Amino acid sequence: MKSKTIVAVFMLMVFWGQQGLSDRIVDMESEPANLESNKHCFSCHGERFYTFENEFSGSIERKAMNPNFIYNPDEFYQGVHRHFSCTDCHSPDYETFPHNAELRLDMMFSCMDCHGGDDTYAQYNFDLIQDEFYKSVHADRHFETFDCWSCHDPHSYRLMTRDNFRTAEIVSYHNQTCTECHQNPDKYQLVMDGEMPLLEDIHSFLPNYNLHFNAVRCIECHTSPQDTMWVAHNILPKEMAVKNCVECHSTNTLLMSSLYRYQAVENRSERGFFNAIILNDAYVIGANRNQFLNIASLVILGMVLLAMIGHIILRIIK
Amino acid sequence: MAEEKIYLYPIWLRVWHGVNAILIMLLIATGISMQYANPDYPLIRFDWAVSIHNISGIIMAINYVIFLPSNLATKNRRYYIDGLKNIVPRMMRMIKYYLTEQPKKLPSPFPVTKENKFNPLQAMTYSVVMVFFLPVVITTGLALLFPETIVKEVFGYSGIFLTALLHSAIGFLISIFLIIHIYVCTTGKKITDNFKGIITGYHHIHK
Ligand code: HEC
Ligand code: HEC
Ligand code: HEC
Ligand code: HEC
Ligand code: HEC
Ligand code: HEC
Ligand code: HEC
Ligand code: HEM
Repeated sequence: MKSKTIVAVFMLMVFWGQQGLSDRIVDMESEPANLESNKHCFSCHGERFYTFENEFSGSIERKAMNPNFIYNPDEFYQGVHRHFSCTDCHSPDYETFPHNAELRLDMMFSCMDCHGGDDTYAQYNFDLIQDEFYKSVHADRHFETFDCWSCHDPHSYRLMTRDNFRTAEIVSYHNQTCTECHQNPDKYQLVMDGEMPLLEDIHSFLPNYNLHFNAVRCIECHTSPQDTMWVAHNILPKEMAVKNCVECHSTNTLLMSSLYRYQAVENRSERGFFNAIILNDAYVIGANRNQFLNIASLVILGMVLLAMIGHIILRIIK
Repeated sequence: MAEEKIYLYPIWLRVWHGVNAILIMLLIATGISMQYANPDYPLIRFDWAVSIHNISGIIMAINYVIFLPSNLATKNRRYYIDGLKNIVPRMMRMIKYYLTEQPKKLPSPFPVTKENKFNPLQAMTYSVVMVFFLPVVITTGLALLFPETIVKEVFGYSGIFLTALLHSAIGFLISIFLIIHIYVCTTGKKITDNFKGIITGYHHIHK
């Protein structure tokens, strides 16, 4: 039974691992295709202050930019849509300033408008992700105000698990996706009215809150452990969240089929099996077990017990 | 058959020892339970094990801080210092006694007296455990309690991992010590004699 599960997990790891190693579509090395033309938009939307010429008075005016409309060019050019021009997604009419107020009524693209049913992106399973998203608490309760863009910042979204990032970097980036909203009332209440519960209070059942939140992702506990998605998207109601420590703190830790699988395949060849992955980035009590030390300690224990039994026998026969 | 009592374990020592014994047993039980945590066979609920282990560990650290100066300040230190003199040949002699003479109930070459309560093996193991094992297990344990104090990476390995490895390795050796310690304590005249001693303070010498 046990060995079957191990084989199954192994197969899954190999399967997903190969998927993880597949080629990226976006060229992340070359210079961004629209670096120059985007400079115009970034001259205002990349700065805290912007200036423009007032056509009526002829004077130059200096104003503060709405902080929600400021984007970091470095992050934009590290994102998956780094070769885009702003006006690929926004109307070209934005070239003029002041922007035409009617532009606000423009329908924005959704991911699926461009990626849906396109085999080029088959490895990313967009359709499956959409189905999972529709089932999630966010979509279920707030369909009007919550969509893919709520988590995938159109101006900075990166692929962390497909490049060679360290586990800690993946954790930090993925968790930021959630905490940017769950620790920011301004964004949270853009979705709905109501008090934003403090993450630290909710998760007070975890000892070493900070250590855990730097070592595991929110989705480890808030999606189904059986989820076979590369990045699970079905955020479950809180009642179904993982609370049982042993789900992670044991040799068949759920982390192996989620967070650690991104690294699993590469590391296995270099450093030996399962443990190698955990070894490098975190120490998960109960999950890290060294086969050699296990055997060594059993042998020592056995010898001590044998010596004791021998001594007892000597004591009895005198 | 005359019986003589000598007062070997003063009250502070007995209290220290009792507290220490209970804590160590809790620590070993919860430590093993965490190390071999398994959802199918929960020994002790994981979060309880963590809490019990942490609290016991802190009390034990305080208890250790009491043990060390108490020994230095009282005459009890003498037993350790004298007991370690000329240690190697005396230990060999004691091992020979345990293997060949003691099972036959021959008298010990190092009888318990008011001046010398430890035989050489006791002096050696108690010293190693008290000045090496316990301090190491306590400091690594405290470090794991405040992981932000641990170096992040040593030669590419997680600092927490190395600390935890040392912690559990020494924890294992202490468990081995405890097994031997308790077993050796059963080799008094009567099996229960030494245990009564560490509770009442008096060691019985059967003549
Ligand atoms: C001279 C500065 C300036 C330039 C250049 C500029 N913008 Fe803006 N943009 C603003 C300001 C100020 C606002 C907020 C007030 C407003 O809506 O007019 C804004 C708002 C926006 C909005 C949000 C509209 C809404 O309210 O929903 C979008 C989208 C936008 N800009 C896109 C662009 C794009 C794309 C470019 C480049 C083609 C661009 N902007 C160039 C200053 C500028
Ligand atoms: C991949 C498509 C895409 C690209 C490329 C893009 N945007 Fe956007 N942008 C969006 C979407 C979608 C939204 C609406 C976000 C939302 O609904 O949360 C948006 C919103 C905005 C807003 C308004 C924010 C708001 O909350 O209403 C501004 C300003 C903006 N973009 C500026 C830019 C600038 C400047 C660039 C170029 C540097 C750019 N965008 C490139 C898709 C894009
Ligand atoms: C306006 C069309 C458009 C929209 C909207 C859009 N994308 Fe893209 N996306 C593209 C194109 C085109 C590429 C390939 C760009 C290239 O090759 O430089 C791409 C690339 C990607 C890639 C990188 C693939 C790789 O292997 O490097 C991912 C991932 C991705 N998009 C996810 C999303 C997600 C998630 C959304 C919604 C939140 C989204 N996209 C919205 C057009 C779009
Ligand atoms: C609750 C937040 C959230 C929502 C909503 C969300 N995503 Fe994601 N998604 C993430 C995170 C976090 C990642 C991991 C980022 C990375 O690639 O490293 C991700 C990754 C992805 C990936 C890359 C998966 C891979 O195989 O590498 C795609 C494609 C994607 N999402 C599409 C979508 C689409 C389409 C939607 C809307 C139907 C959506 N996401 C909605 C959080 C979200
Ligand atoms: C170790 C597992 C674990 C991790 C990691 C985790 N959570 Fe939770 N979370 C839970 C559990 C269990 C609950 C349910 C708590 C309860 O009901 O007492 C919960 C509850 C919540 C709730 C519901 C709050 C409420 O009461 O309305 C939110 C929101 C939440 N978590 C967000 C997050 C975010 C965001 C992250 C990542 C930064 C995260 N969680 C990481 C286990 C986890
Ligand atoms: C744009 C804001 C936003 C983002 C991003 C976001 N959430 Fe939420 N989330 C909410 C809001 C608002 C609610 C409250 C829904 C309600 O109670 O109606 C919520 C509810 C939850 C709940 C509680 C469900 C329950 O049963 O009460 C969990 C768990 C949760 N989110 C996890 C996550 C995780 C994990 C991520 C990142 C992958 C994430 N959220 C990203 C806004 C967000
Ligand atoms: C989602 C998986 C997950 C769950 C659930 C989880 N943990 Fe952890 N825990 C981890 C990881 C990963 C680490 C390692 C952190 C590191 O080394 O950076 C860890 C570390 C720890 C540590 C070690 C702290 C130290 O000093 O090294 C303790 C104690 C701990 N967890 C207790 C618990 C308890 C108690 C629970 C249940 C209430 C729990 N954990 C639930 C993943 C989890
Ligand atoms: C259930 C657990 C334990 C029992 C039953 C036990 C029993 C005893 C007994 C009977 C003695 C007297 C020894 C003798 O007369 O030969 C003794 C002494 C001693 N024990 Fe233990 N012990 C236990 C746990 C421990 C632990 C965990 C430690 C340390 C880690 C320890 C350290 C010592 C030391 C240092 C002495 C010598 C005390 C002195 O006289 O200075 N014991 N123990």
